[in-house]
Amino acid sequence: MGLAPLIVVLKSIGLWKNDERYNKAARFWAKIFGISFVFGVVTGIPMEFQFGTNWSHFSKFAGGVIGQTLAMEGTFAFFLESAFLGLFLYGEKRLSKIAHWWTGFAVFFGSWLSGYFIIATDAWMQHPVAYHTTADGSVTLSSFWGLVLNPWAIWQYAHNMAGATVTGAFVMAAVGAYYLLSEKYLEQGKIFVKVGVIGGIIASLLVIGPTGDGQGQNLAESQPAALAAMEAHFDTKTADLVILGQPNVENKSIDNPLVVPRMLSFLVNRDWGSQVRGLSSFPESEWPTNISLLYYAYHIMVGLGTIFMLVMLLSGIQLVRKKLYETKWLLWVLLLSFPLPYVANTAGWMTAELGRQPYLVYGVLRTLDGFSKSVSAANVWFTLLGFMGMYSLLAILFLFMVQREINHGPEPVEGIAAAAINAGDAHAARRN
Amino acid sequence: MGFLWFAIISVMLAGYVVLDGFDIGAGALHLFLGRTDDERRKIIRSIGPVWDGNEVWLLATAGVLYFVFPQLYASSFSGFYLPLVMVLWLLMLRAIGLEFRTHIKEKIWASFFDAIFSVGSLLLAIFYGAALGNVVRGLPLGPDHYFFLPLWTNWNVGAHPGVLDWYTVLSGVVALVALCVHGANYIVTKTDGELHERARSTSLVLTPVLIVLTLVSLIATIAIHPGITANFNALPIGYAIPVLVFVCLVAVFIFQRGRHEVAAFVSGALYLTLMLVGAVYALYPVILPAIDSQYNLTIANSITSSYALGVGLTWWIIGMVLVLAYFVFMYRMFRVQIMERHFRPAKFSSRRACRVSQGRKHSARLAFPIQSLGK
Repeated sequence: MGLAPLIVVLKSIGLWKNDERYNKAARFWAKIFGISFVFGVVTGIPMEFQFGTNWSHFSKFAGGVIGQTLAMEGTFAFFLESAFLGLFLYGEKRLSKIAHWWTGFAVFFGSWLSGYFIIATDAWMQHPVAYHTTADGSVTLSSFWGLVLNPWAIWQYAHNMAGATVTGAFVMAAVGAYYLLSEKYLEQGKIFVKVGVIGGIIASLLVIGPTGDGQGQNLAESQPAALAAMEAHFDTKTADLVILGQPNVENKSIDNPLVVPRMLSFLVNRDWGSQVRGLSSFPESEWPTNISLLYYAYHIMVGLGTIFMLVMLLSGIQLVRKKLYETKWLLWVLLLSFPLPYVANTAGWMTAELGRQPYLVYGVLRTLDGFSKSVSAANVWFTLLGFMGMYSLLAILFLFMVQREINHGPEPVEGIAAAAINAGDAHAARRN
Repeated sequence: MGFLWFAIISVMLAGYVVLDGFDIGAGALHLFLGRTDDERRKIIRSIGPVWDGNEVWLLATAGVLYFVFPQLYASSFSGFYLPLVMVLWLLMLRAIGLEFRTHIKEKIWASFFDAIFSVGSLLLAIFYGAALGNVVRGLPLGPDHYFFLPLWTNWNVGAHPGVLDWYTVLSGVVALVALCVHGANYIVTKTDGELHERARSTSLVLTPVLIVLTLVSLIATIAIHPGITANFNALPIGYAIPVLVFVCLVAVFIFQRGRHEVAAFVSGALYLTLMLVGAVYALYPVILPAIDSQYNLTIANSITSSYALGVGLTWWIIGMVLVLAYFVFMYRMFRVQIMERHFRPAKFSSRRACRVSQGRKHSARLAFPIQSLGK
């Protein structure tokens, strides 16, 4: 999802300036997008089914509401993406330049639309709105627009998409840095670094600025226990912001703290001297189940987010001074940073989902009441182990495929598909 | 409203079976029909542009099913836990086989991915048939609307059934043969040369087998579930469905022998649709029959609120109009490529290298979404 807007940017520059270099760059990234997409699809199919297989009581309970957004994703976004990705990847010669730009835009729009329906589903679980309870104890939708325009969904979506774009930007800049450092595909390498860094500056500021803060405000308002646990803030008082330190849940304290005094009070209430409600003021039955993991997930996300902003701003300064392509240490930093946004995004999702515990639907349905009671633990283990094996295989294949494309580099005209087929045909020809 | 959504889901399911059916069938026949690397590439190329779009119908159908009948989704997906997860694994393996077959060119990996793709497709066909067999046979639903099925128990249709018993295995075999016929018919329309002839004769051999199997499964269904004819007796026009099923199968055979390739393919698609229509006709208004019929899941006791359904109908209609527009647009854009008969064989001499290099560019375009199409 993060790569899609950057590809649209590349296509737009190519179209606007009639610059073939940017079209070539767009073609290269479309291939990486295509690979990621296939893996996204393959790993995404089980998620739609998992609601029913592993969380059947939750599905029954919430289906009257979230069935809406999940079915809309299938009906609108999946079809849009699958139809136009093919056209975008392989229809460049048959379509006019403008039409091809539109197919790229449709892929971007489809993937971001898909993201919105998923986030709206999760946002309803975080902050249930627009429902009423029926006679059999399950919930049913009372307002379609209330569900789709859930205020939580809007902040969460913006934050998530900014985070995805950070990932796309870092990956693009890292591949560019790799080309520059290994002194090949220099022209394309520079474009990748430039577009990656500019996109990265915008996205990494958006992640922190309005969207991260907006999410924090949502938490303070609707999930104060989750916020307190994320910050390991145990007693109600003016709150410091913990940068580093290990939460000691038994003693309700922080070991080895490194803090910004009163910062958390300011962030939550916009008032340096205000009180922030601590975890101790909530009954333990409302505490997130795994406070330590929640705390670390949150701190990893925030710490990395700050680092992303600094790296991108620094690269931006060098770019403006026209020295970035020669600043080898900074290129190295960009290159080595590429896995970090994946980590940060994963940690962010862990924060959201662990923070929601012990609930599936916050304040309404507990996790213990939502799983499939007809499925035994042994069967769940069996399938969990199977999925772990399958996903490990997929992860290896994914890295292998992407690495091949990167090594192959941006192709002059025909693209990798042609090269692969040529290679295959030549191979076959030798055999004959 | 309930009937309308019941019909919508049935139509979407039929769409999925007809569309993904031919690429699953082609996959199941892949090792058998494709004798050389070249022929196997032709088969993969013929389904490459479409298999992924076809699979989107599964996701869309599951999504709409969940939206309309949350209880049905919750009960059946958790009850069929093991087979469903295995179906997911097979879908993944199949996609890996298809995608990597075209990416990785070394010969030993090609045969490895061929095997994954083909075996995955074959098992999928059997699982789908067995799933439908389970639904028709009835499930051990309890008063709480839930059940759990082990993969097998004593292979008998009785009080403690498993996912697999003699009846559901029979359904699985019927589905496998039916999809193989469908896949062979598809390959016939998309290829020429030896592969074309082999697919045609496969269809001609398998269609009579399918006629016999369909008849056997029809008799078996009535034998294990005598009440299944109630709807047909109540509204006897339904008896036209089994008649048309056999008419379609005979039509497949006749058209295939007369080399009316497209007509044969369409007849096969109609056969699959009518089989589903027959099952749905027999079940209505039950959507998941219990062995003890008082615990049946019906439209009435599973459907979501009428407000949600009304909203849903609005966006569903908009969505489907868009989907049809995309499909028409996409198939028009790539019709020539998909229909391309003159797939350049890999054999060529170095003297013809010049001509060949043009052919290469051409076949590169033909490669269309083999690598990457998705939802």
